[in-house]
Amino acid sequence: MADSTTNQPSRTRDLDKLLLRPGNLVAPIFDPGAQLRDDIGEYARILVVGAGGLGCELLKDLALSGFKNLEVIDMDRIEVTNLNRQFLFRLEDVGKPKAEVAAKRVMERVSGVNIVPHFCRIEDKEIEFYNDFSIIVLGLDSIEARSYINAVACSFLEYDSNDNPIEETVKPMVDGGTEGFKGHARIIMPGSTPCFECTIWLFPPQVKFPLCTLAETPRTPAHCIEYAHLIKWDEVHSGKSFDPDEPEHMKWVYTEAVKRAELFGIQGVTYSLTQGVVKNIIPAIASTNAIVSAACALETLKLVSGCSKTLSNYLTYNGVEGLHVKVTEFVRDKDCLVCGPGVLVELDTTVTLQKFIDILEEHPTLLLSKASVTHRGKNLYMQAPPVLEEMTRSNLKLPLFELMGKVSKDVVHVTGSTTKNDQKTSCLRKLRIAFKGVDGMTDTDMAGGA
Amino acid sequence: MAEPKTKYDRQLRIWGEQGQAALEKASICLLNCGPTGSETLKNLVLGGVGSITVIDGSKVEAGDLGNNFMLDESCLGQSKAKCVCSFLQELNDAVKAKFIEEYPGELIETNPSFFSQFTLVVATQLVESSMLKLDRICRDANVKLIFARSYGLTGLVRISVKEHTVVDSKPDHFLDDLRLNNPWPELKQFAESIDLKALDPVAHKHIPYVVILVKMAEEWAKAHGGSLPSTRDEKKAFKDLLKAGMLAFDEDNFKEAVEASFKVFAPLGISPDLQQIINDSCTEVHSNSSNFWVLVAALKEFVANEGGGEAPLEGSIPDMTSSTELYVNLQKIYQAKAEADFLVIEQRARNILKGIGKDLDSIPKTMIKSFCKNARKLKVCRYRSIEDEFNNPSLSELQKYLTDEECSIAMGFYILLRAADRFAANYNSFPGQFEGAMDEDISRLKTTAVGLLSDLGCNGSILTEDLINEMCRFGASELHAVAAFIGGIASQEVIKLITEQFVPMSGTFIFNGIDQKSQLLVL
Ligand SMILES: [Zn+2]
Repeated sequence: MADSTTNQPSRTRDLDKLLLRPGNLVAPIFDPGAQLRDDIGEYARILVVGAGGLGCELLKDLALSGFKNLEVIDMDRIEVTNLNRQFLFRLEDVGKPKAEVAAKRVMERVSGVNIVPHFCRIEDKEIEFYNDFSIIVLGLDSIEARSYINAVACSFLEYDSNDNPIEETVKPMVDGGTEGFKGHARIIMPGSTPCFECTIWLFPPQVKFPLCTLAETPRTPAHCIEYAHLIKWDEVHSGKSFDPDEPEHMKWVYTEAVKRAELFGIQGVTYSLTQGVVKNIIPAIASTNAIVSAACALETLKLVSGCSKTLSNYLTYNGVEGLHVKVTEFVRDKDCLVCGPGVLVELDTTVTLQKFIDILEEHPTLLLSKASVTHRGKNLYMQAPPVLEEMTRSNLKLPLFELMGKVSKDVVHVTGSTTKNDQKTSCLRKLRIAFKGVDGMTDTDMAGGA
Repeated sequence: MAEPKTKYDRQLRIWGEQGQAALEKASICLLNCGPTGSETLKNLVLGGVGSITVIDGSKVEAGDLGNNFMLDESCLGQSKAKCVCSFLQELNDAVKAKFIEEYPGELIETNPSFFSQFTLVVATQLVESSMLKLDRICRDANVKLIFARSYGLTGLVRISVKEHTVVDSKPDHFLDDLRLNNPWPELKQFAESIDLKALDPVAHKHIPYVVILVKMAEEWAKAHGGSLPSTRDEKKAFKDLLKAGMLAFDEDNFKEAVEASFKVFAPLGISPDLQQIINDSCTEVHSNSSNFWVLVAALKEFVANEGGGEAPLEGSIPDMTSSTELYVNLQKIYQAKAEADFLVIEQRARNILKGIGKDLDSIPKTMIKSFCKNARKLKVCRYRSIEDEFNNPSLSELQKYLTDEECSIAMGFYILLRAADRFAANYNSFPGQFEGAMDEDISRLKTTAVGLLSDLGCNGSILTEDLINEMCRFGASELHAVAAFIGGIASQEVIKLITEQFVPMSGTFIFNGIDQKSQLLVL
């Protein structure tokens, strides 16, 4: 592992051209020199969220772009179907945590790089965990997970009295995504470029088949599969829930789907299609992941070093018919609940924490149930885990005003669940709390309130 | 154990068993295994290509460890080809991996016949003179060729094959083939057999929109001297008629009919793209013609005769609101017509084969089936030779790209990449490759670029000083992230060429790592 100092300069032979030489098409912060190169290695801390197809590529790309302090978080274990693209994994790794194997493999290959793996759900980490990084790079395949990390990063953002974002509180994100021969890479600078929620329309929710079609007028193989999966399963297995990772369950659904297809004269039900429909499998290949991750890693290097201009702000790649690479400059949604200054909630000083949590559930723009509340990194009330719940339970009957140190106004972070597209999703919201009748409050502070 | 297939599950969902089989048969040659080449092969080895042969004459230096993931400390001083090859092999033991320790430039000079054994050559980091020679060799030997190069924050990918034809082009958005503007007798009969007015409300809202539209179009044509709606007013009137036929506001099938009514108004006949393929001189087939062109010749006859101006019917229908019974019956009507069209094409193809003295079974039935199903989506891609493009680029395109704001940086890089090679030929190093002579290199590169532009007939076109400076700053560096991007694109195009699915890129892809506004330049 030891890197002899004699070959240290030449190891960075190629990167040095970019980081040590002055340039003309660079960012204002660019300060070329060996110091810059060394500072990137020493001080830049990058979190990679996801150790799948994109995550494996990202870790490799970042490790070979001068970053030495990397962390990676992923809750999944390695599966056989990952091996056609998640190149850090081997057949004998199947079943092991992705984050741990990925970190180990990159450290073995690239000396001088330290990668800390986190084998857990992204929601399991305290919010402050995410504040520790210079940049958060997202290699995810789920909208919910993107939405959560986006909300966390945006929650750190503070605005000054003129409603301009305070630079030190901006937590940049670089986000990649792929599907088949298509993908995107984007830069999110909370407060100045659109956040994930500002442009949520780019990710339309998946269309579901109406239940009456499944039950009464099936026409396609997918209808037969979903009938077996969503209707027949519950009829037959009362109480036992369907597990898509249980091969016996999948085989049962397949067999039932075949029976139904035969009954209605529908052709084309296969086991592979059954898996695809039930698990909503998104096809994935190595090359698209490589392209999108490389773009994300390069933008990360440019953001940190200023060694060139940066993507502004959304890159799409489509390799289906020919090759289409396009940059679009999306604009922020000024009224975004997530990256804006936060929803203003006006309270009496007597309102207890319990009452506050109840208010959030009824609040028309929030509709946030099962709220956990933190203030300046301090847990006021946590729904889970049970230990924390017990420790914070006594706060519920205390006035929020006292719990927040009797300030006239401040920001609290609330996590809980909300309903989006008829589905419960976990969410994080930044709220600006203002107490009525306390010094420092003026009428103008309340303008444009909740 | 079904492991090999399971491993490829996520890609089989894209290119199917056939595409995978083509990959597993392919033998790929890589020239130079720096990060650009290594990353290209990494993606192909993961996908399961048949064999790879890595060719590189250099030894591993410390600098290579900083940009190539397929090397580590233990490789220092050893053959780069050997080390990269063994790391690539680790990724997939189903792939046969070989290496040859030799400089590609020398191999191109001394052993041109070497390349004819491969399905495809990926040539990375080659300078202009080697590109030109290799291109000639591969064209003569009918070996597919892709050039890939990373250079600082820029780079290129260029396919070079004489002709690449695609049957299964899998376009993203393609209009279904329902023939609502020109229904055949069986479809009309089926529609006529259903009397909308006699139906109860439940049955009424389960009539597929195809039936509704065929009936309505027939009714309209009767009242309008046999013609279908064509003006804006007529189209609106047609839609109003549809809406008037609704029994209730919740009839999804009628809503679908209104939305799909444009299919009734669509012009008859084949698309201009397909017309162009049919008009191609390759349809005058001979004993050396490929199966593709024999089938296009059969298609041409079909369109002129049985097809009545149309291609064979695709035979599948999209899902739509319907009772199961009507939907399945409708499906059968479409399938039957597609089968009939297929039989005609098959017969015509066999006759053509006979005429050119080829075995009647030389084109498998499955291939003809697939051809008929995809007849409207055929693609023919032809690429100019490198020599042709370099000596006689399209001047009007060149001028357009240079002045277009979106393309000017990419076009600048195209010129500067070529100028850098000229520079290297004259001065034995790339501009800015070594420290100390930056100012001199900048002015030399500028002179070289201006000279190149004037050779191409672009007098007075000026590249910005900023871009020339940047090019010198890059100093022929191969950055890993750029190499991974270029390698990703190159491998994606290799997959398209080998599986003969999807449509490969045209022209030269120029990577713009400054603001990511990369471009395809067709010169
Ligand atoms: Zn936002």
